[in-house]
Amino acid sequence: MTERVTRDVSVGLLPHQAAAEAGRCLYCYDAPCVKGCPAGVDVPAFIRKVGSGNWRGAARVIREANVFGGTCALVCPTEELCEKECSSRLLGGPISIGALQRLAWERGTAGGVKAGAGRGAGADLGADAGGTAAGKRAAIVGAGPAGLSAAWELRSRGWDVTIYEATDKPGGQLDWTIPSYRLPPEVVAAEVGAIVATGMKLRTGVRVGREAAEGLLAENDAVILATGLGGGRASGAPGEGRPGVVKAEEFLARARQGRSTRVTGTADTGGDLAGKRVAVVGGGNTAMDAAVTAARGRATRVTVLYRRTAREMPAWPREYRGALAAGTEFLWLVQPVAFEGAGAADGAVKAVRCVRMALGAPDASGRAAPRPIPGSEFTIEADLVVMALGQGSNQEIVEAFGLAADKAGRPVVDPSGRAQVSAGALPAGHVLKAKVFVAGDLGNGGATVVRAVAEGKRAARAAAGELERLAPREEAGSNGC
Amino acid sequence: MAVDLSVVFCGVKFENPFVLAAAPSTDNADMVARGFEAGWAGAILKTTSVESEVVSLAYPMMVGLDIDARRLVALENIDLISGRHIDEVEKDVRRLKKDFPKKVVAASIMGGKKEHWEELVRRLEAAGVDLIECSFSCPHGMPEKGMGSAVGQSPELTEKTARWVKDAAKRVPVIIKLTPQIADIAAAAEAVKRSGADGVTAINTVKGLMGVDLDTFVPYPNVGGHSTYGGISGPAIKPVALRCVAEIARRVSIPISATGGVTTWRDAAEFLLLGARTVQVCTEVMRHGFGVIEDLTDGLANYLEDKGFASVEEIIGKALPHVVEHSQLPRDGKVRAHVDPEKCIRCGVCYVACRDGGHQAIEFGPDRLARVDEEKCVGCGFCPTTCPVADCLTLGPASAGKGRAAS
Repeated sequence: MTERVTRDVSVGLLPHQAAAEAGRCLYCYDAPCVKGCPAGVDVPAFIRKVGSGNWRGAARVIREANVFGGTCALVCPTEELCEKECSSRLLGGPISIGALQRLAWERGTAGGVKAGAGRGAGADLGADAGGTAAGKRAAIVGAGPAGLSAAWELRSRGWDVTIYEATDKPGGQLDWTIPSYRLPPEVVAAEVGAIVATGMKLRTGVRVGREAAEGLLAENDAVILATGLGGGRASGAPGEGRPGVVKAEEFLARARQGRSTRVTGTADTGGDLAGKRVAVVGGGNTAMDAAVTAARGRATRVTVLYRRTAREMPAWPREYRGALAAGTEFLWLVQPVAFEGAGAADGAVKAVRCVRMALGAPDASGRAAPRPIPGSEFTIEADLVVMALGQGSNQEIVEAFGLAADKAGRPVVDPSGRAQVSAGALPAGHVLKAKVFVAGDLGNGGATVVRAVAEGKRAARAAAGELERLAPREEAGSNGC
Repeated sequence: MAVDLSVVFCGVKFENPFVLAAAPSTDNADMVARGFEAGWAGAILKTTSVESEVVSLAYPMMVGLDIDARRLVALENIDLISGRHIDEVEKDVRRLKKDFPKKVVAASIMGGKKEHWEELVRRLEAAGVDLIECSFSCPHGMPEKGMGSAVGQSPELTEKTARWVKDAAKRVPVIIKLTPQIADIAAAAEAVKRSGADGVTAINTVKGLMGVDLDTFVPYPNVGGHSTYGGISGPAIKPVALRCVAEIARRVSIPISATGGVTTWRDAAEFLLLGARTVQVCTEVMRHGFGVIEDLTDGLANYLEDKGFASVEEIIGKALPHVVEHSQLPRDGKVRAHVDPEKCIRCGVCYVACRDGGHQAIEFGPDRLARVDEEKCVGCGFCPTTCPVADCLTLGPASAGKGRAAS
């Protein structure tokens, strides 16, 4: 059943296919695709270069807006972004911008052509982005796409940059929860490696707590917080602590680290998912990734439980289709009320007790609010339950840096991503030197890689006093050619 | 960009080889200013004339050629010289030279008699123009008045008229824009050389008729129920322009500014390799704007760097030694068509092409894979032009022990 999934990293476009596709580009004035790209990649400009065979030039155009051009070519939901805006969608269909970007990156960056399709090719960033001529220091907390994007921007401006990463290697979500069949580890390694190699200091295994935060705020010109969110939410239903009930982030990370489509060697599932019944709780893109990953792990049956319907589900249509193609079944208007197991409370999960829901008046999100239907409870059997309820805000980092936060616990930021540090954040004797910015999921609550990259870039440029250049239109030029 | 894109043409320094051709895009100073800001090294202002010259335009004046979904493979125009006379153009020249001292401001002129040519030259020199281009080549409208290609089609008239202009020019180099509507374009270039003028532009548009409306029976463009012949530009005329440039470069020692169908930096590189020193662009700029200069320069610079050249000057004319007469072509070393079975998409297009347009040398079996019979294949080169997949059907040496050359 694993081969039914069609989203694997495939060969991509061949050069003559790319030429034909590029030939369809209208080179629109004030191109809508550029507006659809959070990073403001000048799409018509790079497509023109693909068409003319100027591969290096094409990769440069992409890189200038998005230092993770190769990663984003693979993971961007282009049909929700640039391609959604493409004028050609009214003709024969949108230009395959993501596929063209991928080929441009592979052929136009160092080692890309030799490495071949699907292989990693880092940006041509140079060995060292130019000393510390700016005389400025920055601390970046978190080495995911937002943090690395910010770090690269500041390094390229001659800043002295140090990144603090809680895990043992840089990459963040790219190397954590995104399934390897969508984003091969070698692509991440090449792109992350090229950025880190530009002369920034990387401190891994460092969790920045209150004390360290005080030092960073006092000693740096800018502190950019890009830690990501605070981990998967719990449902609060009884039995959630049983072995076999796992958070989606943990499940996906394990699958990715296994470099296998199976989830192997885990105590709570007994290893391979062959013969297992998996329930995934939630209706977002992470739930879809978890469902497909479970299906690829040879689970006998994968069931997604969602408390509303396909219409309200936050997962993108492409992700939903991917999950269906993988053989996932969906139970709509269903919510778990208890996780049941054999014997004691710490016995492994065996079933999920659910209640049926009915949709009522719209809630704060504008979607119909689900209400339990009394007396409608039923049970489905499950050997593994994956909880994909979204991630909560990162209270640890908000408190460590004394950030002003909203009701949801997210840092309050201005349009540049600049956060407010409360007066009591520093003890007596310390001076608040740094401008503090937030970038990526930490501030936006969880979004795309390209948005994280764009926010990292935006924060860095704001820190460097280039706020006036931030509008994507101005960065991208008028019509790209 | 480590590569030096600058060139010297007729003693005038251009920061890169790319020049806006005399055309609608250069018909006023505001447009040219935008072109310069975008990165064009020079511009030839649209052809002007003395105030007494009546320019009577007919509309519509343009029509495009589509092939399948590909739009504007060629553009036909029945536009004439600029409606703006020398009094306005000399003001444009002054303003542009003041605002863009490093850019090359050239003017294109056309006169009906010697005194007109002389007056145009005198006034443009006084305005500070860097280069004067004379149109001996417009194929429509002007020839009926004894101007345009009526001059360029006669080497004698070309030499005589070019000499008037060159003699009038005290300071500024003079180049002559040639027409492809002539049996021997190199003879026209030789006439220019004899006149003492400094260079040539090749080529002006190719005279044509774009099509006929099947409902009204009126050819395009339909001007009140009638039509006429026009000048064809755009990608379709590039082979004609390349041939003209090569013929001139091989026979005449004279600087060449190439124009005709330049769309990408690749086209430009081809003209440079065949001996052109600057490249003029019109149709692609009209279509996609002055901004196309960005990939022209970026792509050319990357190409030169990839090939290990430090400057544009190093590639000028590098293809010329490979251009010979047909009788001089080598007759040994036969090639054969080869199909890459990994790439073949089993369409059978090459099979039909070889069967009905070649030597019945391609076999097409039940598995739909094209196979070349090297005994029958003569290596004519037609089938690769029909294959829809890049590098699938290629020409190469015959397999060992196969083919007529080996037997």
